[in-house]
Amino acid sequence: MIEIKGVSHRFGRTRALDDVSLDIGEGEFCALLGPSGCGKTTLLRILAGFETPDVGAVTLDREDLLSVPPHRRPVNLMFQSFALFPHMSVERNVAYGLERERLPRAAIRERVDAVLATVGLTAYARRKPHELSGGQRQRVALARAIVKRPRLLLLDEPLSALDKQVRAEMQLELKRLQHEVGITFLVVTHDQEEAMSLADRIAVMNAGRIEQTDAPVTLYERPRTTFVAGFVGANNLFPGPNGITAVRPERIRIRNRIGGGKGGNDNDGTVEGEGERLTGTVVDVSFHGGTSHLAVRVPGLDRPVLIAVQGPSRVTSGEQVSLSWPPDAAVHIPASIPASTPVSTPASPIEGEEP
Amino acid sequence: MKRWPLTGPGLTYLTVFMVIPLGLVLSYAFLRRGRFGGVVDEPTTENFTRLADPLYADVVLHSTWIAALTTVLALLIGYPTAYVIAGLPRRRQTIALIAVVLPFWTSFLIRVYAWIVLLSGPGWLNKALRAIGLGPVDVLYTDAAVVTGLLYAYLPLMILPLYASLVRLDPQLREAAANLGAGPWTSFRTVTLPLTVPGILTGCLFVFVPSFGNFVIPELLGGGRSVLVGNLIRDQFLKARDWPFGSALALALLAVLMVLLLAQAWAARRYATR
Repeated sequence: MIEIKGVSHRFGRTRALDDVSLDIGEGEFCALLGPSGCGKTTLLRILAGFETPDVGAVTLDREDLLSVPPHRRPVNLMFQSFALFPHMSVERNVAYGLERERLPRAAIRERVDAVLATVGLTAYARRKPHELSGGQRQRVALARAIVKRPRLLLLDEPLSALDKQVRAEMQLELKRLQHEVGITFLVVTHDQEEAMSLADRIAVMNAGRIEQTDAPVTLYERPRTTFVAGFVGANNLFPGPNGITAVRPERIRIRNRIGGGKGGNDNDGTVEGEGERLTGTVVDVSFHGGTSHLAVRVPGLDRPVLIAVQGPSRVTSGEQVSLSWPPDAAVHIPASIPASTPVSTPASPIEGEEP
Repeated sequence: MKRWPLTGPGLTYLTVFMVIPLGLVLSYAFLRRGRFGGVVDEPTTENFTRLADPLYADVVLHSTWIAALTTVLALLIGYPTAYVIAGLPRRRQTIALIAVVLPFWTSFLIRVYAWIVLLSGPGWLNKALRAIGLGPVDVLYTDAAVVTGLLYAYLPLMILPLYASLVRLDPQLREAAANLGAGPWTSFRTVTLPLTVPGILTGCLFVFVPSFGNFVIPELLGGGRSVLVGNLIRDQFLKARDWPFGSALALALLAVLMVLLLAQAWAARRYATR
């Protein structure tokens, strides 16, 4: 439905978007995931019409979208800051977009009431935005955006302004809403959990480029670039002669070396993926309820290997252990794919807002 | 009680320059005039009954009209100016604001005299008009000259509060309006304008109040033909030597301005959004 083809955009000397292409299908819930400053918000603003890309094309139903002024696009945006009109009540805010379409009063009334009921704000219709909580304001912003029944709904960090509890609730609500209204959603986020739980398909962005576009599970199990392997979920990246091997912490099996009775040091410093066996010393154990996280220092590797095990850990800090994983757990990332970030980043996503 | 010493300087200032003079004006207004100026200790209310005289009521009405016209024109010129300035890049905003305030750095009187030169018969206005083939106009010593002078003098006081309220406006609100289908004019009418009402009210007050009581500009540019409240009060004190009636007029002026101030404060609170 929406086709983004070869879009590039610069701000002065900064390259915000570099040859970005993405197709979004009808009714799809798509996410743009990436760290601050990766260009995802710029792409969103291009779709809304607030920026015009230097090169590239964007079409909606095969028709050029870029030449359409922002106020004529069938695209609505839920702003990160919500951008509610402070001088208008909740219902006036929601009715604003419909009034611009010059619909009859009764029709506006009806649709506003319906959408306020959907987001559970009927009782707050006459309040001003400053009389609402963060979560309520967010619902108003959402209601204001969906009441116009856009072809495409853009959500800019929709949950970032909310505290953890409201967040989980809204997450479910967004998903339910998307099923209910059947609008195509494109959500921009730096929070990988948010992207994973909401979207059917995720485009991971880094430094103005889309690194990989896939379903959440594929993205997690088969990252195709080093950046994706490091950014989406925790990962162990082992550099090898012709690329990098990524192994998820929960796929690594750990065995007490003494108890296992296996002797000999298989680890010669360079590591190959397949069925690899490593030995090292446990440097940290942390218990998280359902799972325990272990860090194992392996000679020859810069960073400790991360391991996640079910329940409490059977080994303790300081113990010598051996590590292994089944062949299918090792994901090989060939060196030929441009590594846009430094190698070996088993890191969690960078927190922070877009500038 | 510990805080009293700190309020001392402020209170002293207020007492010496506000409370005492106002008290004097208030008490004089209820006394009879002395023969050669000053007052005699005979309480009376006739100064206030004189205010109702159509002669003086006309002056008040005329002043209101002149000040209102000046205010409306200042708003019509000031709003677009402030709008353009608020839309400039940061650095240029500062330059533009300095340009707006710059005239304040030279003497007010000299600037008003300059207008005499500009507006007089053989002045620059008529030269310019002749150049585009229009006949000479006799603007100097008319209400038009007075309004021009007041407008010139107080326009910055309109632009500054308007600029302040425009620059504080979240630019995302305009984007939101566009995103919801509002064209540029609709977005201005439904979002920008209502949210800058407090700035509009403040600017109007800042222009109206000094215009209403002004006596220098009507004197110099109106040639004494256009008598405003300010001139009347000054004449009562300095020429007619009728201090009590001058005081009564001054109180009437104050009363009108107080009503306006209260109205502005009330309206600003109604429009306050946060």
